[in-house]
Amino acid sequence: MSVLTRTSAPLDRSRISRLQDKARYAPTLATVGLFLAMFAVGAAMYPGFLSGQVFLNLLIDNTFLIVLAVGMTFVILTGGIDLSVGSVVALSMMIAASLLQAGWNPFAVIVLVLLTGATFGLLMGLVIQVFEIQPFIVTLAGLFLARGLCYVISVDSITVTDPFFTAMAQARIPLVGKLFVSPGVLIALLVVVVAFYILHQTRFGRTVYAIGGGESSAMLMGLAVPRTKILVYGISGVCSSIAGILFSFYSLSGYSLAGTGLELDAIAAVVVGGTLLTGGYGYVLGSLTGVLVLGIVQTFISYEGTLSSWWTRIVIGALLLAFILLQKLFSRKVRLA
Amino acid sequence: MSALLKHRLTWPVLALVLLLLLNQLFRADFLSVRVQDGHLYGSLIDILRNGAPTILIALGMTLVIASRGIDLSVGAVAAIAGAISCMYIYSSPDPTSLRTAATGVAIAVVAGLVLGAWNGFLVSVIGIQPIIATLVLMTAGRGLAQLVTDGQIISVSNDSYQAIGAGFFLGLPISILIAAAAFAVAGLLTRRTALGTLIEAVGINPVASRLAGLDARTITWTVYIFSGLCAAVAGLMISSNVTAADANNAGLYIEMDAILAVVIGGTSLAGGRYSLVGTLVGALIIQTLTTTVYTLGIPPEATLVFKALVVIIVCLLQSTRARTLFGRRRRPVPEQSQIKVAV
Repeated sequence: MSVLTRTSAPLDRSRISRLQDKARYAPTLATVGLFLAMFAVGAAMYPGFLSGQVFLNLLIDNTFLIVLAVGMTFVILTGGIDLSVGSVVALSMMIAASLLQAGWNPFAVIVLVLLTGATFGLLMGLVIQVFEIQPFIVTLAGLFLARGLCYVISVDSITVTDPFFTAMAQARIPLVGKLFVSPGVLIALLVVVVAFYILHQTRFGRTVYAIGGGESSAMLMGLAVPRTKILVYGISGVCSSIAGILFSFYSLSGYSLAGTGLELDAIAAVVVGGTLLTGGYGYVLGSLTGVLVLGIVQTFISYEGTLSSWWTRIVIGALLLAFILLQKLFSRKVRLA
Repeated sequence: MSALLKHRLTWPVLALVLLLLLNQLFRADFLSVRVQDGHLYGSLIDILRNGAPTILIALGMTLVIASRGIDLSVGAVAAIAGAISCMYIYSSPDPTSLRTAATGVAIAVVAGLVLGAWNGFLVSVIGIQPIIATLVLMTAGRGLAQLVTDGQIISVSNDSYQAIGAGFFLGLPISILIAAAAFAVAGLLTRRTALGTLIEAVGINPVASRLAGLDARTITWTVYIFSGLCAAVAGLMISSNVTAADANNAGLYIEMDAILAVVIGGTSLAGGRYSLVGTLVGALIIQTLTTTVYTLGIPPEATLVFKALVVIIVCLLQSTRARTLFGRRRRPVPEQSQIKVAV
């Protein structure tokens, strides 16, 4: 296909780059526009919707999804996919909850959980890279494995009573006026900032984009393609375990079934945030906006008491589709120019 | 002898036999099949009966994968089909009659065809990558199923409907007969006509096959519709077996089982090469594995871990890279290690 399109017509260089610029920002801008529009509609429909706290609650309720989407952004930027994140979140929660129950120090638990997530991700990356197996099948196996390990740890829900975790769950960080956020929000935003820095200011970040743009060209440029591809899965693994910790702060428990389908939400958030699924284009801030859009869908459904929760899944599916079609439209325009 | 060792099916069949023997070691009556009330009973029959939905879905998945696609939505489609038929039977004025059951089944089958056509449309006409195109329905599908059942678990008591999943015909479970018939039809259509070769051609190179005059779009569309149909019938089996539609749990993770069955059976995930018999053996291995976990007294929760390890091992064995590393170069496989789907 690419061979066919490449030879299409002699093109005016500046026109291509202008169109590419448009195509690059359009999906992300569309997401920001969508979010603002939804917020405005909500404000018009429901009293009390237009408040800072409603916005902040979007962050508070979705801290784990923000972190997951950040990790997923790295993977998708290289043209890969990570289906294991939801299960790794559950596994992190189970490990944390069971160790805390056994009386471990909470900080040691957190370090151990992060190491587990990183190892899990790196191992999947290694299998993908060394044995050249498609990412989706390896991470699918990872999904099974992590979920199975959850069940092996415990089938029942484990309550977290550790004082540090409960303190983190209840803490409210006051902002101006009566507004507040949870400590989890600060952690999530810190992850976003770090990811933004890594992607846009470091050699590693540029390699990530280069791989998504074309793996063989990146290889020919002498970039560290294998190492980077393994590391992005490691990053996704770490993000999943951070998300697991944040989820534990939020729910104060570990449960084997937690986070089912979270991988789909994360992928949806990244896609809605304007990252191209074929890799190469996309922004962490777009993914953050994507999470906010999914969050506001949920807020709508809770404000509109009659709509039941399953509408969330249907709307998320529809949004996912709409944005994939949008991407398709823009990438086609660039090709045909 | 060496030709036999190299045969694609040798290892899967050997694995299946070993698994069965392992079970026999732990339970002396495992391999025995007895006749009771004119029906066949025994662990082997149970494996076949419980495996029927997976076998059916794996059948559809094989053809989709052969065309270099993937269908992640099968579990959701199964849930929707079960929800629709149970809801129809539940809300009809005559919920116990054969006519009602038949209509419910027909509506669910049509729904499966429509959902398959939707996936096929996204993949072949719009040109979205199969993983992503079917992800949409995987995400939204269970929501749709819940919408149909209004979030409830819908129980039905209709003898004819129950027969699909739990009934017997000529001493054999009906679900096995349905799966076997589907297999026979698919096998005849793809191996006795050119259809199978055409699907493989599309899987090897969609652009080249189009340039060669193949209607690649229609073929791609057809395999997704077939997969939707298989998923819908499997959904009917699942819901009829428990005489209820559970939008959340019906067919949960069955797409993983189906993909696993296809991969174990020697079908290349890169498309262009498939084996229906291999898939059948693969599905039986998975179902036997699940049974083995119970027989050995391992907590059933660990099944997922076992399946994951099996997927990883099988994939490693399949990968060309591993073969080179371990110095077991077989005949060159026309396999693209990286799928770069033409967008």
